[in-house]
Amino acid sequence: MKVKMLSRNPDHYVRETKLDLHRVPRNYDPTLHPFEVPREYIRALNATKLERVFAKPFLASLDGHRDGVNCLAKNPKSLATVLSGACDGEVKIWNLTRRKCIRTIQAHEGFVRGICTRFCGTSFFTVGDDKTVKQWKMDGPSCGEEEEPLHTILGKTVYTGIDHHWKEAVFATCGQQVDIWDEQRTNPICSMTWGYDSISSVKFNPIETFLLGSCASDRNIVLYDMRQATPLKKVILDMRTNTICWNPMEAFIFTAANEDYNLYTFDMRALDTPVMVHMDHVSAVLDVDYSPTGREFVSASFDKSIRIFPVDKSRSREVYHTKRMQHVICVKWTADSKYIMCGSDEMNIRLWKANASEKLGVLASREKAATDYNQKLKEKFQYHPHIKRISRHRHLPKSIYSQIQEQRIMKEARRRKELNRIKHSKPGSVQMVSEKKKHIVAVVK
Amino acid sequence: METVPKPGSNVPPKKDRLQAKKKKPRRYWEQETTGTAAGASPGPPRKRKRNRELRPQKPKKNDTSKKFRISKKPRELKSPGPQRSLSGAQDPFAGPAPVSVEVVQKYCRIDKSKEVPHPKTKTRSRLVAAEAQEEETSVRAARSELLLAEEPGFLEGEDGEDTAKIRQADIVEAVDIASAAKHFDLNLRQFGPYRLNYSSTGRHLAFGGRRGHVAALDWVTKKLMCEINVMEAVRDVWFLHSEALLAVAQNRWLHIYDNQGIELHCVRRCDRVTRLEFLPFHFLLATASETGFLTYLDVSVGKIVAALNARAGRLSVMTQNPYNAVIHLGHSNGTVSLWSPAMKEPLAKILCHRGGVRAVAVDPTGTHMATSGLDHQLKLFDLRGTFQPLSARTLPQGAGHLAFSQRGLLAAGMGDVVNIWAGQGKASPPSLEQPYLTHRLSGHVNGLQFCPYEDVLGVGHSGGITSMLVPGAGEPNFDGLESNPYRSRKQRQEWEVKALLEKVPAELICLDPRALAEVDVISLEQAKKERAERLGYDPDATAPFQPKPKQKGRSSTASLVKRKRKVMDQEHRDKVRQSLEQQPQKQEKAKPTGARPSALDRFVR
Repeated sequence: MKVKMLSRNPDHYVRETKLDLHRVPRNYDPTLHPFEVPREYIRALNATKLERVFAKPFLASLDGHRDGVNCLAKNPKSLATVLSGACDGEVKIWNLTRRKCIRTIQAHEGFVRGICTRFCGTSFFTVGDDKTVKQWKMDGPSCGEEEEPLHTILGKTVYTGIDHHWKEAVFATCGQQVDIWDEQRTNPICSMTWGYDSISSVKFNPIETFLLGSCASDRNIVLYDMRQATPLKKVILDMRTNTICWNPMEAFIFTAANEDYNLYTFDMRALDTPVMVHMDHVSAVLDVDYSPTGREFVSASFDKSIRIFPVDKSRSREVYHTKRMQHVICVKWTADSKYIMCGSDEMNIRLWKANASEKLGVLASREKAATDYNQKLKEKFQYHPHIKRISRHRHLPKSIYSQIQEQRIMKEARRRKELNRIKHSKPGSVQMVSEKKKHIVAVVK
Repeated sequence: METVPKPGSNVPPKKDRLQAKKKKPRRYWEQETTGTAAGASPGPPRKRKRNRELRPQKPKKNDTSKKFRISKKPRELKSPGPQRSLSGAQDPFAGPAPVSVEVVQKYCRIDKSKEVPHPKTKTRSRLVAAEAQEEETSVRAARSELLLAEEPGFLEGEDGEDTAKIRQADIVEAVDIASAAKHFDLNLRQFGPYRLNYSSTGRHLAFGGRRGHVAALDWVTKKLMCEINVMEAVRDVWFLHSEALLAVAQNRWLHIYDNQGIELHCVRRCDRVTRLEFLPFHFLLATASETGFLTYLDVSVGKIVAALNARAGRLSVMTQNPYNAVIHLGHSNGTVSLWSPAMKEPLAKILCHRGGVRAVAVDPTGTHMATSGLDHQLKLFDLRGTFQPLSARTLPQGAGHLAFSQRGLLAAGMGDVVNIWAGQGKASPPSLEQPYLTHRLSGHVNGLQFCPYEDVLGVGHSGGITSMLVPGAGEPNFDGLESNPYRSRKQRQEWEVKALLEKVPAELICLDPRALAEVDVISLEQAKKERAERLGYDPDATAPFQPKPKQKGRSSTASLVKRKRKVMDQEHRDKVRQSLEQQPQKQEKAKPTGARPSALDRFVR
């Protein structure tokens, strides 16, 4: 007879002293872990609920401006430094870690229309209603020195926007035309126009650095190549585009913030159909900025809220609002992709977390592992109706909520009318136009 | 062995064989190195034929670069061969350790044979990625088996010796002292036949005698936790989620005691309870009563979740399926009915016996159910879908009590004899031909349970309690986060909080516990239909073919119509061909159903 009994030595399973950690032997055999799916589902449900509990995105409000904040700029070399220009011509430089204003400049008379930093982070440019372009040093004046711009260019017309080239000493302004300037000269290298309307913003492509895009109030978005004297092509939309932003990871993708409450993500190679129409705002979208990962962007709207959209989704994943925040005019996503800043009409700059329920600070390794596990579970069960409902729920102010309801009714009515029109006309004579194509008027080359 | 030489050793194997034939005289220091070179891999060459790659389409040369190598080869063969010295370095353990296919299969959770109905390309690519990830996970989990510390027990007779003839005393003599101490008899003749229950960690034992004696003890150290007399008939005892709470089915009502023997609750909604079952992941206490009701009590909030009328008279046979938490009730008309708290009606009814059902047991993997009836039959049923009997056997007395062990052993109490049958492995059904062990007790059996994570069978009988040694019954390696027999009080408290946080709601109990992770095709189709209705057109429908305009006058109306016609005809032909292909399949499928179907038909490929 050969016999062996299961006989465990307790010393192998119990810790030796109270200072040791408890021993936890693992066995991953599925029969020892019954109800794997239902238990994971419950864990995912709990994780989703906790995510909503811990969703406290608002971090700080930077106050100090004496008029509405009109433009924001990041410093490419310093995460903590942010520049803002206000409607009274004042420019403030902020330190985000201390949440304090470190410098104030009375830069222009009237609005500061645009602000941008140089790629090296040593100086920045502002344009204002007083028809000037000014270059400023990033560091403050030393003791006894006057606060003065490095250079001042006097123009003939009002400039409404400015952007700096990502690699060279070249910048572009817009107003009645798009001007490209060398930093050393007082006259533009070249001026490009297409039509006769005022251009509201101009942006350099961060990857294909010779490309730039602008949007004008005659409802078009125009693309330029700096090496040519003439514009490349333009697309005309239903309504006017306020600003555009290039995707920092994909050279040919840009997103346009439109007056018709939507954002349009375009592939510049095929402008006749946008890649995605992002709908959720209930008023004109005023500004847009990409996350440095290029997977998401944030938009600021006249409806007193900012929203975060994934690039490939038409609906927003997040909406931020507070009782005191008025029309949001400018928004920026910080370079570490963790925070969002927005400047609004009521003179404040607000700092938000990009991921509302994220815990700030250094995480312990077990905490990190737990959040990763929960994230994976949430992903796995995201389509279950109960979990989807909880993770999608957002509280909205009454004004936005009722606007959404109203617009849903209007949209439904339009769709019904279209269906009826199709039903009662000759088959094939009236076509259903998809949402993507509906808003594009023409593409001109 | 299937280790493949590193690119460094570029000795062609053909030449090696020639060398081996010649048998050149070797120096003692040469012996090791040539051995490696000749085989080009450590281990005997004949075993290489048995190796089978999980993915045979991949060329063999890629083996070293492949992240996970899987070979069909028992673990013993993996002994490292001779190694080369520093100069001609060859790693005998190149790459990750090979894992056998069967072990990987055990950890695989996806069924690749199931097709998801027409996924879009985006979804399909995501599914492919998920499947690859799943495969990787199962290989990793299989590889972690190397770390398991304990081996299961076994009992083998000499040549021709029947293990059933081996007495408990012989086993006790042969095993070590610690194991021998696990065999004991409690002689309690006064308080009549006993029911018993082990806690989920297998560390504690509770028993209750018919005449009111209730006790709980740490049976390993033999430390008594409490001993009381409830002065009332006791029908059944059961530990709740931990050893701190004990449910006792007394003559009138259900009572809950703590480990000091203090009565915490008297549940009057559950009256005249005959059998108890606790569903540990749902925190439900299922009670079967004389009045014919199956009642589910949520012990975490103290509410009755469901009270189901089985409409079959007195209920005295009940067991749970540990795989899906479905309750099996045995009835006097020979049927076994399967219940979930979410349904008022049974999920299934199985006619098992002529005459009443005396005992039911379900194995931990949820694949087999053993029943015994008044017709003295012991039957094994397959629970995966068809509920067909797999094997049956007539016992002289008929079994009054049945229990499955963690490793698939089946114990039956017949009068004062306990028989145990063993199968081939964990998931295979026990063969009812030859018993593995038998034991005669001093009284009639009234309750049976295998102790979890131990090679012990507890038997409650009219003479007291007997703890039998059954080598190979228990799972050798426990999971410390699931149920740890060596946990401290603090660990138990933490586990309790975690377990309560992930309490599975009672509505999720159904026959297939993995159904929650599968695509809900029915409501998907419904939603699609509703969407198409709402929009007035189907957004997923493919647009009809529209010929592209061509240059140089080839775009006349006639040619356009012709091209359109051509595409339409091709589509039509494809459709007809498809339907023709499907027809003979249907006929083939219809044929075997004409003959008597067998439970093994599903394995025919």
